[in-house]
Order: sequence, then C-alpha cells, then structure tokens
Amino acid sequence: WPYCRKRCSYCNFNTYVVPAVDEAAVRACLVREAQTLLRLSQVHSVTSVFFGGGTPSLASPGTVAAVLEAVAGAAHLPAGAEITLEANPSSTSASALDGFRAAGVNRLSIGVQSLDDAELRMLGREHTAAEAWKAVEAARGLFPGRTSIDLLFGLPGQSRDAWAQRLEATLRLCDDHISLYQLTLERGTALAAQVRGGALPAPRQDLLADMYQTARKVLVAAGFRHYEVSSFARKGALSTHNLSYWRAEQYIGVGPGAHGRFVLRAEGSCSREARVQTLEPVAWMREVESQGHGTRSRVVLSPLEQLEELLSLGLRTDEGITHERWGHFSPQLSLQAVFGEPGEARALQQEGWLVLDSGGLRCTWAGLAVLDSLLPDLLWQLQR
Amino acid sequence: MALAGRAALRWGARLPSPGPAAAPLCRQAWLPAACGRPYSSRGKEEIDMSTYPVESIRNFSIIAHVDHGKSTLADRLLEITGTISKTDRNKQVLDKLQVERERGITVKAQSASLFYNHEGINYLLNLIDTPGHVDFSYEVSRSLSACQGVILVVDANEGIQAQTVANFYLAFEAQLSIIPVINKIDLKNADPERVEKQIEKLFDIPTDECIRISAKQGTNVEKVLQKVIEKIPPPQCNTADPLKALVFDSTFDHYRGVIANIALFGGEIAKGQKIVSAHTKKRYEVHEVGILTPNEQPTHKLYAGQVGYLIAGMKEVTEAQIGDTLFLYKQPVEPLPGFKSAKPMVFAGMYPVDQTEYNNLKSALERLTLNDSSVTVHRDSSLALGAGWRLGFLGLLHMEVFNQRLEQEYNMSVILTAPTVPYKAVLSSAKLIKEYGKDQITIISPAQFPDKLSVSEYLEPTVLGTIVTPPEYIGKIITLCQDRRAVQKDLLYIDENRVMLKYLFPLNEIVVDFYDALKSLSSGYASFDYEDAGYQSADLIKMDILLNGNPVEELATIIHNDKAYAAGKLLCERLKETIPRQLFEIAIQAAIGKKIIARETLKPYRKNVVAKCYGGDITRRMKLLRRQAEGKRLMRKIGNVEVPRDAFIRVLKRETDK
Repeated sequence: WPYCRKRCSYCNFNTYVVPAVDEAAVRACLVREAQTLLRLSQVHSVTSVFFGGGTPSLASPGTVAAVLEAVAGAAHLPAGAEITLEANPSSTSASALDGFRAAGVNRLSIGVQSLDDAELRMLGREHTAAEAWKAVEAARGLFPGRTSIDLLFGLPGQSRDAWAQRLEATLRLCDDHISLYQLTLERGTALAAQVRGGALPAPRQDLLADMYQTARKVLVAAGFRHYEVSSFARKGALSTHNLSYWRAEQYIGVGPGAHGRFVLRAEGSCSREARVQTLEPVAWMREVESQGHGTRSRVVLSPLEQLEELLSLGLRTDEGITHERWGHFSPQLSLQAVFGEPGEARALQQEGWLVLDSGGLRCTWAGLAVLDSLLPDLLWQLQR
Repeated sequence: MALAGRAALRWGARLPSPGPAAAPLCRQAWLPAACGRPYSSRGKEEIDMSTYPVESIRNFSIIAHVDHGKSTLADRLLEITGTISKTDRNKQVLDKLQVERERGITVKAQSASLFYNHEGINYLLNLIDTPGHVDFSYEVSRSLSACQGVILVVDANEGIQAQTVANFYLAFEAQLSIIPVINKIDLKNADPERVEKQIEKLFDIPTDECIRISAKQGTNVEKVLQKVIEKIPPPQCNTADPLKALVFDSTFDHYRGVIANIALFGGEIAKGQKIVSAHTKKRYEVHEVGILTPNEQPTHKLYAGQVGYLIAGMKEVTEAQIGDTLFLYKQPVEPLPGFKSAKPMVFAGMYPVDQTEYNNLKSALERLTLNDSSVTVHRDSSLALGAGWRLGFLGLLHMEVFNQRLEQEYNMSVILTAPTVPYKAVLSSAKLIKEYGKDQITIISPAQFPDKLSVSEYLEPTVLGTIVTPPEYIGKIITLCQDRRAVQKDLLYIDENRVMLKYLFPLNEIVVDFYDALKSLSSGYASFDYEDAGYQSADLIKMDILLNGNPVEELATIIHNDKAYAAGKLLCERLKETIPRQLFEIAIQAAIGKKIIARETLKPYRKNVVAKCYGGDITRRMKLLRRQAEGKRLMRKIGNVEVPRDAFIRVLKRETDK
C-alpha cells in the first residue's frame, strides 16, 4: 500500500500522499498481480504475507481480505501462516484492528518510532507518545504475543540518557518483538537537509555505537533474543517473513515498487530472478490491468550473485549462514572450502569478528555491529 | 621553449611587404592565427637581406613587469613600421592565459624584424622578445645576448616593480644600452615624474633620459624607435668571418620539424649549406632561412648581425637547444659563451586521474614536450597513484603553465603532486663516494636520501627574491619571509610609496604557496621575482610517515629540521581526515629516524552496519557492497591498514590556488 497521509521527515520510501485513493481499483490490481505472479512462480505453499508500504493500515480490511483470498486461491496458505500488517499509531483504532484481524491478519507491526513527543515532531510523525501507548496496548489486546513495535535511535540531538529512558519505557510497553533502527539520514529527506544545513546536529559515531550496545544489553537482559542486526524477539516471536529475506528464500513482491526474488517455474526456468515492480502507482495499475502484472525489471541472478546476497543477508542474523543453506546455493563449494582457507575470512575469524564452525558462518557479538566493514572483504574473497 | 606558439595569436599578423615603413603594401590576406606558427607564404618576392649592412641593424628587446605594457608597445612598433596593419585586432590583452594573470608573467611573444626609415636610411630593427619570467631567466639571458640594447618599460602609475628590478639587472649585467620608457601616461593616476625619480634612484639613469609614452594611444612611440636607432649600437660582427649563429629559441612544427630562431654573430647563412651544432656535434643541411615578420618569411640569406629563423631537418627541439652555437661544416668556431643545458629546479609527480587515461596522457605529454625541451620527463610509478611520471620544470610558473596547457589544449585532467626541489648531499662515506663515483650527489626523491652518518653536509637550492611593496605591508612581509627561513639582504625605500626588499630564500620555501601568501597579505600590491642563487648548507632530514608503525613510502619527505614538527603534524592530521575508519585503531605518526615527532589516532569503527535490510533494500545494498569489494583492489595496504587512492591524492596533491 504505497499511500501515506503525510510524508515523514526521514522517509525516502516509495510513498505517495494523494487526496483520494480509488481503493477498489488498487485492490483489484493487487489481487490481479498477486494471482499472476503466484502463477508464474508456481509456488505450492505460502508461509507468510506481509502488508507493508506506505501505510497499509490506511487501507480497508476488505482490501487485505481480498489479497489474502487471492493468495489462498492461487497457492496453499496454511492456517498458521504469518500474516503481518504494518500500522501507524494514528490509523489504528481498535475497531479497525478488529476488522484487519477478521480479514486474516495475525501479526501487527506498529511504527511507534519514538516515545517522546518532541522527537516524534522532529520525525514528522502524526501521532503523540500517548497515542502510541494507546495503539500498542489496543494491538496487544487483539494480537497478544504477535505485536511488534518499530523504534528509532540516533536522532539528531538525542542523548545517551534520553535513549536509555526510551528503552526503559519501551520495555514497559512492548510485546515480544521489537525492531530497533538506527536513524539513517537518507539523501533527499527533509531531516537530512536540516542536518546538512546545520539546523540539527549530526549524531556522533561513538554515541551511536554506545546507543546500539546499550540497547543490545538492555533487551537481551530483558529476555530478548537479538536475532538480526535490528530485530529482537522473545518467546520465539521471530518474524518468519523477515527471516525469509535474510535466509535468501523465495519471495514475491506485489504492489508499486515491490521487490521479489523467485524462480519462474511457469516459464520453465530454474534460475532465481530479482524483480522490481513499477514504482509509480498509476503507471503500475495501468500495467497490471493490461498485462496482469507491473514488473518493471527482471534480472536473472548468477550463482555468484545469489551467494553474495546470501552472505550479505545471512550474516545479519544470529544463526548466520548454515552449512545446509549454503549448500542449497552452492552444492559444490562448501562454506569451509571458501572461507576456511587462509584469506580475509580466516583473518577476520582470528581477529574475533566471525565464527565458522559446525553451525555455519556467523558474526560474533562484536562482529555484528561492524558487519558492513567485514562484508567487502568477504565478498572480495568470494569473488576470487 | 615552453611558451612558444603564443605570439601568433597575439599579433594576428599580416605579412608585410619589405621596404620602408612608408609603403606598407599588405598583399596577404589574414593568416590563420589559431595554432602556433602559420606557414610562411611561398612564391612571393624575397627580401635581399644584403641591403642591410651591420651599421643599419639594431637588435633589441622590450623588458617590463607584467601588465606594464610590453606587448602593447610591441603592437605599436609593429604597426608604425608597417609590419602589421593598424587595426583594433592588435590587442594583446585578449588571449592571456589565466595563469599569466595569476602568476604575473608575460608569456613569450615572437621575435620580429621591423623595417624603418630614419633620416633617409633604411634600418632593420630586430625586436627579440623574451619570456618575461625568472623561471626562464636562462632563456632571457640567451635572448638578451643577441641584443645590444633594451627598452625598459615601467608603468607610470605602478612604478618600479619586482620584475622591473630583476629585468634591469639582467640587461645591465649583459652591458646593454637601456632606454627607459614610462608607459601609460594617459592614465588618470599617472605620475611619470615620480617614476622617473625611482628610476634615477634605483638604476642611476638621469630623469631626462626617460621617454614618456602611451603605447595604447601611440603617444611618443615614434620617439622610442628613434632612440633605438640613436642609442643602441649596431652589432659588432662581420659577414666576412666564418658563420657563427646563436640559437636563442626553437619551436616544433609537425610538418617542417624544428624551427630555430638564430642571431648571426658572424658570417652568412643560406639554403644548402652544411652546418654543425657545437653542442651535439650533429651535422645538418640548411633547408630554409628567413626573417620573422613575425611569421616566417624566407630569404636567400641571412648576414652577420641579422636575426631570423632556420630550418635544417632537426627532428627534435633538443637538437636546437637554446644557447647552442651553429657553424659551417669543417669551419668550426669558438662557441658563444654561456651555454647550459636546461636544469630543472622544481620536480613534481604527474599521474592520470584514471589509469585508463595513461596512454592518452602519455601522448599529450609527448606532444607538449616536443615544443618544450626544458621539461624533463622520467617514468615513475607509485604504489598508490599508479603509473605516471616525474617531471622537472625550470620553475614553479613553468610547471603551472605546462599543467594548464595540458588541461586546456589536451583536455587532460591530472594529479600533480606537491612540488619538490633538488637537494644535494656532500658524501663523507668512502663507500658511497665509490658507489656514486663522486662526492656530491643530487637528491630528487626521498628514497635517494643518504643517511646523515655518511654525509658531511646537505645542500639546498636558494634564490634571491626581490619584493617591491607599499611600505604599510613591510611588517607582515618580513614576518612571512622569516617564517620561510629567508635572510634579509637589502631593504631600500625607492620613494615614500615603494620599498624594495631582497631576501635569500631556500627554494623549497617558495615553491608551494609563497606567492599566494604574499599577494594575499599585501592585498595584491606586493610584487615578487627571484633569481637562482646557488646552493647553501641546510639541516635537512628525511621524515617518514608511519601507519601502525609501517612506513608509507610515497609519503616520505625531505624537509628542513626546523619545519619537520609542523609539517609532520599537518600531514598526520590530513591523513586522519582522509583514511576511513577501520576495524582497529590506527596510529598515524610522523617520524625522523626512530623518533616520533607527531601522532594522530584514528579510532576503530565500533558500529558500521546498515539498520534496515529487507526485500526492497537488498538490490541497492548489494550494489554498494560489490563496489566496496571492488574498491579493495585499489586499496594500498600498509601493513594491515587499507589506504584508498583518494587519501593519497588528497595528501600528495598540490594545493591549488584560489
């Protein structure tokens, strides 16, 4: 769902603020595209569905229901499949949530972002901290154990103490899943312009590192498993859907600007493709109406490219890349054969950033925080 | 010569007809004036040069500080004598290189033969133009050695400037007649009287000898010509003597080879003669001789005392070195004194910005050096910057002009490293003396720097700098000069508005940014010029830069002991800003031998991982990671520290001027 009521100051996603949305038309196109792409992929079973955006909670439950019906019609959608909806506190009334639950949603991801009114204003959010509390409490009532919240840290001017306080408040509010994102000042956003222009202070590197380490410690102490760079879960409430990205499984992207990675079995292919749907909603709808889908680009991923993705994504998780998963993409050359030999990876293991053992290849606690400094070396070694 | 090929632009010349000024019959259409020398036209009547005996010849130069009107005066002289037609196209101002204006040079213009009738006698006046900057002082001295007199042009408003002083002494030492000319008297603020007094005080020339002119308006320019005839003696030489010709300039023409500008000190020269270069001992057959008007105009012969050009099948400009003497085959003569091979005084590394441009840059360099034998080119390669060259220039300005021509004429973008100067070491170690075969060696790169223990003395090149400034800036200028380790040699009030300071500078102290500093602290009023002043003993050391204890070869520098601390600190700071953080702490140190004199610490990354990486982020993310992985190949590894090429470029690159 690519539409928002208002653009947030830090956001550079493919979102659109329009006065009126022809929801029936968008719904029809989402349904049609989902059907087309599922047919092309010939997947038998869908393990998870994620409604993201934009602000999907602005759509009506009927649209969500229609898409889920289409999925269930084209493939097997087991009763236990994870169906997540992204929601904003400002568009999350209890009745709306009830409607989404009735439509089939069984997990909610709420964009709380901050629990401080001044910070929320800086981020250009429409809600207050109090509204966020209310929304999360309502969601927990309807989706107990399956409500996730998103929080940002490293906001311009945010102090170490302020962040510690937010974390404390978060622990009082949260359910069993938290996504903690360091704020990225994306080019072209209002917030980045303010920082560049000097109107807001740029957060210092060391402070950001401290905030991250504090969060990891606090959440782990509270029983959370730090299962991915920015994701924390307790009582096994890991996001199945997001894990599938990091495990480089197949996924189909439906809607304007959505990305997918899957094999086009219907065309007799056996190679994984990277597909991107047309960005702009009106153009996307036109294409879906005329040809059943709005795929703008299709790129066949070479075996090396697939391994590069697996490596870069898998190392973000605490389980890392298992021998089994690696073997799935690289039946000939084992993890041990590539990264166990003398070279960059071996040096990084000796320096304590990486571990390669019977479980597979993964980051150490320290290595996870500097993964982006490790990856170029690993990719360079993999390419050779 | 570095700067040839410019004059045709400036003088946009028409070919004149020979003969007296009274009848400028311009039969030729406009010549293409776009590139270097246009071809001389064939099939026209050749001038009989034998009608100009030595007594009716005057050879002279115009010398001046930048912008004092040398080229405008030359334009007028050419117009009056009918060498070029009088039109408003004859403006020297339009085609000036940016570098000339910034640096204060006059780019060398072309020589010209003027025909002028004075009191019933036809005179041949050879205007031998000189490059107007001290980087080319050797060339200037060779050009002046073909003259018997000079016109010294001084701006009626600005008065005597640094270059005026330097030029005056060059002419004075060559024992030439000097005709002082005060130009721009038409300007509102002109004060010729004051300038006359300055000239009297500084150069000991009586005030009534100065000619007040306006070259722009043509006022009194005719008087200058008359003075040239009256005051400058004819050359002392004889056509009956064997041929003795001085090469005072040379250019390269793709179709005709080397064109050498020559002045005849004896004998005569004609097509078909066999000549020999005293320097190279090579033999040539003369294909063509002629005069410059200012384009080449062939003549049957040239005679003693005359000035012109020669084409003799020379393939490279190095075959026609400035200062060389030519004589007839089997009739050797004593070579003219003062010949030296061009001696580079400033060195800099030059590398293509992108290594794939290497071959293009190579061919551009080859083409540029065809016309400029004074640039020395040695292949060099740096682990950080790739394959390139170490170039030697006559001076800083020469380097600027060369680089700018490379950019403007060949559209080449290059990395030019900060300039260095040639040091020397007097060896004390018997072993090294044996190894080098001499007890004094020239050190061009830090890698050659011999250890103190095997050296009795290090030497550095010096220059004698002349600064002329309004008095209010004296304090700041003295401080600047002291900071640059300069020693005051003279301080003289030319009048109440002008002070002349003379300082002995270590050359390396002025090669980077001295001129800019001087200009900026004097609001642009102070002028500067310098001349070679030999070598002096210096407390030199080699400073290494270490990354986590490992020396970085391309960052080693030879530096004066007093400057090491500040320079080391600056280098470390710059490196800290340019080397990206890594997984471990990096100590950036400057060291002299084992002694650390400066240190900066680059903290390790504590967090470097992108926050969000879901379906839509992956493609963009992979693109960046692949580029970074690719970048690993271009990293220079010092121990375990990775240094990107950019960091080297930013540290090594010459700071460009504002």
